Amino acid sequence: MELTKDEEKSLNGEHGEALQIAYRILSATGEATDAEKLVPIHWAHVSGVNYNTIGDAGEEFLATLSKNAKFKVMTTINPMGYDKDSVEKFGLDENFIQKQESIRESYKKMGAIPSFSCIPYEIYDMPREDTQVSFAESNAAIYANSIGKLKTNKESAFSALASAITGKSPYSDLRKDDSPNMSIAMKVSDSDELTFGLLGYFAGKVADKSVAISGVKNMDKRCNKSMCASMGTSGSCGKFVLDDNSNASEKVDFDEKELQKVYDELNTAESGDMITLGSPQLGLEEMTDLAAMLNGKAFKKRCLIFCPRAIQEQARHLGYAGQLESAGCELMSDCCTCITPLVTKKDVDSVTTNSIKGAYYLKNSNGLDVNLKPLSKIIEDETS
Amino acid sequence: MTLKTIVRGKVSGRVVKSNQPINFLGSVDKKTGTITDQKHDLFGKNITGSILVFPNGIGSSVGAYTIYSLKSNNTAPAAMACQKVDLTVASGCALANIPLFILSPDEYENMKDGDEISLG
Repeated sequence: MELTKDEEKSLNGEHGEALQIAYRILSATGEATDAEKLVPIHWAHVSGVNYNTIGDAGEEFLATLSKNAKFKVMTTINPMGYDKDSVEKFGLDENFIQKQESIRESYKKMGAIPSFSCIPYEIYDMPREDTQVSFAESNAAIYANSIGKLKTNKESAFSALASAITGKSPYSDLRKDDSPNMSIAMKVSDSDELTFGLLGYFAGKVADKSVAISGVKNMDKRCNKSMCASMGTSGSCGKFVLDDNSNASEKVDFDEKELQKVYDELNTAESGDMITLGSPQLGLEEMTDLAAMLNGKAFKKRCLIFCPRAIQEQARHLGYAGQLESAGCELMSDCCTCITPLVTKKDVDSVTTNSIKGAYYLKNSNGLDVNLKPLSKIIEDETS
Repeated sequence: MTLKTIVRGKVSGRVVKSNQPINFLGSVDKKTGTITDQKHDLFGKNITGSILVFPNGIGSSVGAYTIYSLKSNNTAPAAMACQKVDLTVASGCALANIPLFILSPDEYENMKDGDEISLG
């Protein structure tokens, strides 16, 4: 990758340690993706905010970095470990809270907007088409490329952080207009968000950088988000396009058999001890939709709903938050199902969710069994 | 001869090879360097000090912090070598200063679990 003279100087440490670290990261990611240069980006979304995911080493790294680093472009950040309004209910230890607060402070010092959300695309105005951004958080990167019509690499926590500090990112394939070299034919009818989540998980496994999907007409927001999140979990693919006439060289089918295979890999329980909704966090549309679907019914089990702070405030103002709480839901902001410290083996053995991404991490990181169902079935089975 | 060097360094060590991609977040115990994903072919194996050979990284962007944490906890591989390198592995290794190489298909094929090799 070619660097400008100024970028070279930064890499050699002439502009301070923070920029040197940032350019070291960008050089490696640029080389890895055969980028020929760095390009300016206009918005960075950074992951690595939850103490449960980054640990002591991450907390210390950010504390040191934040002494000198300042974000150069608009920078939003991923969820942290808890909602301060309800943290006392969950028995987190003092060390966790102290480290999490240190991480929050480090990001604040560097100039981050305290979004604590994995769905920045639903709470901020989206820039015009083809704008170069730098999104870590895999569901947000795939959503930005596929639905938001923005351009981003499937950034890592560090590459997006480096973009926030420098305002630049490698000009890799996903930032260009390459067409996918693989096409997946959707052969499953009666599709809900769980089906699209399973399709996304399958697509992530078989596709490389981007993928075309045929046989899909309309996807609502819940289905889109579910697919973006699961695709980001299982693979390195950073974009999908709905295209029935793709000239991709490689074609595969996603049929009932493949669907069942993915389902059996992720579904490990017949029922859950509690319910979590939101990975990705729920947007306003999903909250209002859920309130309508519940329509006077109430959950028989504990049900945690994860949504951004801004969405919870809007939902409260419009009356939906109250309706959801009357139905037994607990609204949680600034955090999410994914690698949550709030749902552990100490309290439950299994969780019911409609999120494929949530299922993967609840199983692998939290060691819990997962019962996967679409939202409509969760409401049918778990409310009265 | 490696196809491409992403993070420079000279290393010798024993190959731990996987034929499956790795999602560093959620499948590696950063305190011990042991693979904890029961569905992974390296399940139960320790990657500390090894030359970790695997097709590519997948999944969470936060996996880069896991790689950095492995290094901080002295449980990291001595080097990594992949068929293709994603941004999570590249940036994690860059920050942690873990040598990282892209292998040619032949090299990847010929590298066997347990081989003692030198890279870089």
